[in-house]
Amino acid sequence: MSKYTEDDLKIELENKEYEYGFYTDIESDTFPVGLNEDIVRAISKRKEEPQWMTDWRIESFRAWKEMTEPEWANVHYEKPDFQAISYYSAPKSKSKYASLDEVDPELLETFKKLGISIDEQKALAGVAMDIVVDSVSVATTFKKTLSEKGIIFCSISEAIREYPDLVKQYLGTVVPQKDNFYAALNSAVFSDGSFCYIPKGVRCPMELSTYFRINQAGTGQFERTLVIADQGSYVSYLEGCTAPSRDENQLHAAVVELIALDDAEIKYSTVQNWYPGNKEGHGGVFNFVTKRGLCEKNAKISWTQVETGSAVTWKYPSCVLKGDNSVGEFYSIAVTNNFQQADTGTKMIHLGKNTKSTIISKGISAGKSQNSYRGLVQIGSRAENARNFSQCDSLLMGNNCGAHTFPYIESKNPSAKIEHEATTSKIGEDQVFYCNQRGIPTEKAIALIVNGFSKDVLNKLPMEFAVEAQKLLEISLEGSVG
Amino acid sequence: MLQIKNLHASVEDKEILRGINLEVKAGEVHAIMGPNGSGKSTLSAVIAGNENYEVTDGKVFLDGEDLSDLSPEERAHKGIFLSFQYPVEIPGVSVTNFMKTAINETRKANGKEEMPANEMLKLIREKSELLEIDRKFLSRSLNEGFSGGEKKRNEIFQMAMLEPKLAILDETDSGLDIDALRIVANGVNKLKSEKNAVVVITHYQRLLDYIVPDFVHVLYKGKIVKSGGKELAYELEEKGYDWIKQEQEA
Repeated sequence: MSKYTEDDLKIELENKEYEYGFYTDIESDTFPVGLNEDIVRAISKRKEEPQWMTDWRIESFRAWKEMTEPEWANVHYEKPDFQAISYYSAPKSKSKYASLDEVDPELLETFKKLGISIDEQKALAGVAMDIVVDSVSVATTFKKTLSEKGIIFCSISEAIREYPDLVKQYLGTVVPQKDNFYAALNSAVFSDGSFCYIPKGVRCPMELSTYFRINQAGTGQFERTLVIADQGSYVSYLEGCTAPSRDENQLHAAVVELIALDDAEIKYSTVQNWYPGNKEGHGGVFNFVTKRGLCEKNAKISWTQVETGSAVTWKYPSCVLKGDNSVGEFYSIAVTNNFQQADTGTKMIHLGKNTKSTIISKGISAGKSQNSYRGLVQIGSRAENARNFSQCDSLLMGNNCGAHTFPYIESKNPSAKIEHEATTSKIGEDQVFYCNQRGIPTEKAIALIVNGFSKDVLNKLPMEFAVEAQKLLEISLEGSVG
Repeated sequence: MLQIKNLHASVEDKEILRGINLEVKAGEVHAIMGPNGSGKSTLSAVIAGNENYEVTDGKVFLDGEDLSDLSPEERAHKGIFLSFQYPVEIPGVSVTNFMKTAINETRKANGKEEMPANEMLKLIREKSELLEIDRKFLSRSLNEGFSGGEKKRNEIFQMAMLEPKLAILDETDSGLDIDALRIVANGVNKLKSEKNAVVVITHYQRLLDYIVPDFVHVLYKGKIVKSGGKELAYELEEKGYDWIKQEQEA
């Protein structure tokens, strides 16, 4: 009898090399390794930034030097040597492209390998993409349609040059320079990222999408994203990431700030698939991200994330519910396999009256990985009638992985209502056999079970993204978890 | 269609089946009865290829083909269906999605194209009517929060959808009230044809009033100790299993 047990699956899974582990050979312009004020100034100069920006970076750098790396997360790794990293890398072709024909064909080939060719994306439901490859935006599409509505969607570098007032007004207001170690580092050396502004009352007609990709060996990636939704506006923003297979650990410390002014709504969706390291736990991306959104009156921010990659993840997309009646949502699927470690969750800070938040977190652990949910629900003293609902579910595969839940609740207002539910389950042999008996092979059965488990979150993703997310779930757990 | 020859099987080194011989021909209904612990469920699990049971001797054939080396899904693709005594829950996977996956995987394995959506819908409508299943039920998560009766009815619905060659109903009557029993039995009877066969595993004679067997076998301590027509079921009902036990121990 051909026995195909969960153990066989695990072995197959561990042998599965990173699907997107290829490396694009594009000439890059890379800074020498190390970090000091000169490097910070050089980054700023290379990006032709105004003095105020340079000063802001220097201020951040000085703060960072005084800070120490946080150790409270439930992850264990060798700390990166910050003097052994190159802080700037950009594809050599410097000028912006007027059309896709001018883009380096190898770069386009990279996107094709990812199955997200720009042409395809263009055809897909009008997705405009600001593509970030190794820190510099090389192509921006649909800009014209957007600009007709007064929407600004460009690289943060361009925004600093073209819209300095907006950037100055909002940059660092949600995630201050000194917020935490990695946010300070990012503020000092951020290389590029995206900027988005939706004017008053405008509903962005398409999903805005950025594909990030780490592409130079030993290059830290410090993305900075700023999204501002002016009063009564709406935007749905998609962020997807993959990275080539590299040997040394790569540091990624991004900062994302969202500002939803009165009555505005921002939906921010992420699919993250960075190199998780090989089956021995060697290599892989360190992902230390600070993502936070601020809601003014009646505003709403939804974070949806599908996290399948990175060796170590440290990420808590959060909402500050400052305005009365504002709403924060966090929907997350985090998959860990082999030696991956994830400590992820959210913070919902209720400051305004009648504020509401929902947290749905689905953790899937396989191999020898550790998957932690860490969440904070904080109700301020003025937040009358604040409501929170949290649900944290963990799915385990095999006997060598771990799932952990760290929910923190702080309430300073007696009218608050906070609910927390948590479950832990294992994919059972009996579930797999049941599927087998109906003609569904084991691998497909596990994919089905995992998708069922993740359904509540997958349903929150925009349609075209959900398909990609499902594919990623299958790839990262192929053999073992679909 | 189904041939079982000298089948021995054990679980965790404990021998449960001790030389089963059985032949089921197309168009026939067989009932397997027996006291608790006689090996009824083990027999169904082994036929379906559950790898928790080790076949230590003997073979199972379907249409002359030895099933020994086939995985559970391969057996399913060849037309073996098992209605579980305790169907498992799969949260977040709707009955419809599950059935669609099962049907298309089976078609794929048999070299056929996926079933077009409109055909699938038609089939679902037809079969849910047969089992008197509310369509809303089909978008619920598989077996999650189902009552005992709903689970069993859902098993037979799946059988109707998959149209197996050989259906094994493992204690399908347990947990059913009399109305549900009638609906389920009715469904099975309508699916019966000259080309397929049904093996009904049951503790009680009750179900056999509705699904009338051509043959009844009594399983005791891992062996078929008595075979006969449907009247054997009545005899068992009347005399109880002690009669068999006494006869065997004597």
